[in-house]
Amino acid sequence: MFAINETPIDVVRLHRGLEADGAGAVVCFEGRVRNYNDGRAVNGLSYQAYIELAEAEGRRIVGEAHAKFAVERVICVHRVGDLAPGDVAVWAGVSAGHRAAAFDACRYVIDEVKARVPIWKREHYVEGASEWLHPDSAPK
Amino acid sequence: MNYRLLYFASLCDAAGRAEEQVASDARDVSALYAELAARHGFTFTPDRLRVAVNGAFTDWNHRLADNDEVVFLPPVSGG
Repeated sequence: MFAINETPIDVVRLHRGLEADGAGAVVCFEGRVRNYNDGRAVNGLSYQAYIELAEAEGRRIVGEAHAKFAVERVICVHRVGDLAPGDVAVWAGVSAGHRAAAFDACRYVIDEVKARVPIWKREHYVEGASEWLHPDSAPK
Repeated sequence: MNYRLLYFASLCDAAGRAEEQVASDARDVSALYAELAARHGFTFTPDRLRVAVNGAFTDWNHRLADNDEVVFLPPVSGG
């Protein structure tokens, strides 16, 4: 399951979605808003998504994780809107029979989501300015 | 032909709008981007962008049809 959320991510509810009788391992990753980046103090982030394509690409990544790893459940949710330091921006959770597949699949999902899903963050700096981040890497 | 453009992140800021209808003689996405980059002052070169037509990723040679929805996607920064 992959979703874009306009409201705070309910980690407890998502965690329940990982339950499965064959799940001997559960691995979750929370990406949270940090109060600094590249040496500048940050007091908030605004996330924007091309929602139609972001949800399609996110679902594709979750499907890939099911195909590549021996997992039970794979869930990833990404926020859009205005977030403050400490807020959960992205949550990825995987349950699997064993820990290796759970760790590997969770890492795969968060790495691919960051690289491929059309979501952008705008950093708001304590000094007053703000700017969109467009990492200088080749599209894939 | 008429196209519907959606803009995100810094392309939205540069265009000064999140979407627009464009009447253009451009027949593929490369030509359309060149035209819009000149009009709005987009500084991204095509090698740094991905492109989507009607909600699906495609390539820069994609031939456009009337009323297509076209989106030029700047480098993403989710997470």
